[in-house]
Amino acid sequence: MSEIPLVPENHVPLPNVSSSNGLLAWVASVDHKQIGIMYLLTTLLFFLVGGIEALLMRIQLAQPRFSFLSPEAYNQIFSMHGTTMIFLVVMPMLIGFSTYIVPLHIGARDMAFPRLNAFSFWVLLFGGLLLYFSFLAPGGAPAVGWFAYAPLNERPFSSNLGVDYWALGLLCTGTGSIAAGINIIVTVLTLRAPGMTMRRLPVFTWMSFINAFLIIFAIPILNAALAALLIDRQLGGVFFKPSESGSALLWQHLFWGFGHPEVYIMVLPAFGAISEVISVFSRKPVFGYAFLVGSGFGIALLSFAVWAHHMFAVGLGDPLNLVFGGASMLIALPTGIKVFNWIGTAWGGSIRFSTAMLFALTFIIEFTIGGISGVAFAVFPIDWQLTDSYFVVAHMHYVLFGGTMFAVFAAIFYWFPKMSGRRLSERLGKWHFWLTVIGFNTTFFIQHILGIIGMPRRVYTYPDLPGWGWMNLVSSIGAGILGLGVLVFCWNVVYSFKRGQPAGDNPWDAWTLEWATTSPPPPHNFAQVPPVRGRRPLWDLHHPDNTDAQNPKVSED
Amino acid sequence: MESGSVFDPVSPMAHTISTVFIIVLIIASAVFLLVAGLVTFVIIRYRARPGQGDPKQWEGNLKIELTWTGLTLLVLLGLFGLTVFTMDDASPATASEQPDIVVVGHQWWWEVRYPAANVVTANEIHIPSGQRLLLQLESADVIHDFWVPQLSRKMDMIPGNSNKLWIAANTPGLYLGACAEFCGPQHAWMRLRVYADPPEQFSAWLADQAQLAPLPSDALAQRGQQLFQEQTCVSCHAVTPNPTENKVGPNLAHFASRATIATGVLTNTPANLALWINQPQDVKPGVRMPNMKLDVEQIQALVAYLETLQ
Repeated sequence: MSEIPLVPENHVPLPNVSSSNGLLAWVASVDHKQIGIMYLLTTLLFFLVGGIEALLMRIQLAQPRFSFLSPEAYNQIFSMHGTTMIFLVVMPMLIGFSTYIVPLHIGARDMAFPRLNAFSFWVLLFGGLLLYFSFLAPGGAPAVGWFAYAPLNERPFSSNLGVDYWALGLLCTGTGSIAAGINIIVTVLTLRAPGMTMRRLPVFTWMSFINAFLIIFAIPILNAALAALLIDRQLGGVFFKPSESGSALLWQHLFWGFGHPEVYIMVLPAFGAISEVISVFSRKPVFGYAFLVGSGFGIALLSFAVWAHHMFAVGLGDPLNLVFGGASMLIALPTGIKVFNWIGTAWGGSIRFSTAMLFALTFIIEFTIGGISGVAFAVFPIDWQLTDSYFVVAHMHYVLFGGTMFAVFAAIFYWFPKMSGRRLSERLGKWHFWLTVIGFNTTFFIQHILGIIGMPRRVYTYPDLPGWGWMNLVSSIGAGILGLGVLVFCWNVVYSFKRGQPAGDNPWDAWTLEWATTSPPPPHNFAQVPPVRGRRPLWDLHHPDNTDAQNPKVSED
Repeated sequence: MESGSVFDPVSPMAHTISTVFIIVLIIASAVFLLVAGLVTFVIIRYRARPGQGDPKQWEGNLKIELTWTGLTLLVLLGLFGLTVFTMDDASPATASEQPDIVVVGHQWWWEVRYPAANVVTANEIHIPSGQRLLLQLESADVIHDFWVPQLSRKMDMIPGNSNKLWIAANTPGLYLGACAEFCGPQHAWMRLRVYADPPEQFSAWLADQAQLAPLPSDALAQRGQQLFQEQTCVSCHAVTPNPTENKVGPNLAHFASRATIATGVLTNTPANLALWINQPQDVKPGVRMPNMKLDVEQIQALVAYLETLQ
């Protein structure tokens, strides 16, 4: 143990990128850390844009028959909100975390294909800009929803260029995601430091690895559908035109064939981050490592067998409904295992309530609400009533915001010190946390009830039926509170980047390899990688008398 | 009565779904309380205390893992069983029976046909209470979705791919519904009203619908009828209850008997009707009905005529 020296303490707080290297160094960078940070900044920017779109929608819906937005504007904005949050925020944000963290987690110097890595990022940004350029095109942005159902997405019903920009933009971001997926897989398979066996990978890296497989299998389905759509729209094809012997349902099968794995693409790395955060702030190794990782595999496999649960209302017939309903219930099993293992991780620990941990523990509760309502939909008689109602809006925001975004906030608070060399303010973090929890639940919980009393989703306005007005107003007020929380968070990032408390190498006393190097790490990541003899190299380093390998309670399964 | 709530079912099908939903909600609440309770317990019990060292390091326990995996599986099996045993009651098989009513979704209104009575109407469906009726659901353009929560499940209306659906209302009344699949700019104003009438009242209604409305007797309305034929209104709207050709707009044969204008945007009053004819794109932006640029006198005549179509 002691024959290998510790990584020397770095006393220079920040290698000053801006003055010594300038913007060009970022634009031309093939360094996974810079690219990872660019991913995160870009996706945060799009998060603000998508958030403003959400607020505009909530203003329009604050009272019945309100005319703050025209129907055309509302439909463009809700379509762009969904597309933005899914393709330009959640998915690339998680890829950004993977890009930054995975090489550090495995003790590598960079990703396997640094140039491909840069390509992935720039093509994402380009795709995003292309999508947003549609606002300037005649007729404006796409107004067909993020799912762009056929034949509404075809020329006869959407004659302006919005849908074409949408398809081209998503082809770009999708291509970037596939490249990133390949890169992550090869990196994990080939660049692990000596001793870092697959069974010692941190859970976050495991989830990023599994996620990469989901990406490279799911996104090509979308790309094929988008290409077919462009052929229909620009070259007179008939894939999705029922009036000319095409099939409207073919689009749904392709879109959800991609779309449901996509749901897990948007959550698996978040699961990984939660596992890291809960373990570190409970001062214990993760509970049931093999089950946490194995359930990730289970989710990934099953996610390709559940797509038609988005289509219970199209009339597929009960045999098919049963297959997809059953598979959708089954996917709750690995998800449930994860939830119990996170609780097991915190159980018996010594919990430190940093902002990261507050978000992580709250994630368990919010995500469980979204997960349970998801299982309810798999009992498809319930889906037959509630699909395409506001109940679904509530459900999917509990999964994607209460789930993934809470995990993302936890991950940002956890890894920001590593990336910037400074901690985020815990005081502002508490404000951010409470505003987010209150705002989020106020906005979305009541939408369950709106769906139950018959409010369809994707409507720009609604009649003044009993209860609809005040419930929507409550939801809109919640959205305002949530927006305040995001503002506090942005201020925290800006403020702490300049004046935050210096972090040192390992502010949380964590155990994975990224904390063994300086904050931020030097371009080559590690002067020397510590020995890896278990899942927690830094624990072993600091507890030579009680390493994980010596502890019978911490086996390697 | 106008609740439109899933929890206020008036048909056996909707009632089954409501019951299933309540059962699942109870199970869901139990699971939620378990998870939230455990998290709360952990937060209170295992909060770090000053001077406390590292807790005992242990990772996992196969027995515990298998226990919660098994319990979760049991709950899921229960839910699967619930699905299998209720799906037929929730949405009975429709086989090859002839439909009682054909409903066709259009951007953004509902065409309603009663094939046996040879009647075409729009946006309001009348059904006899206490009977199960088979709907055939079609679309003339994009995908729509038929949803009247108190009467039945929702079902998509897919161009080139018709679906069938049983609905019923045990008690007479008005039941509100809407299109539940995003279908373009005016998806929000594709509201639907289903009136369940006592059977004899329904028969009378249907017989009445099959007849032409009496010809207008006063001069203004007669002028309106003439305008309707001359000003191309008639090229999109039929005013006979059983037209031989399909028109692109709603059938107006008994327009005055309906409660709303423009598929739910306005209540059907003469003033609102005048507003609608004058400025359709203000009332329902994007709607297919053009502004015919009529003058006030013409609009008054048309309103007077349309109000006679009882």
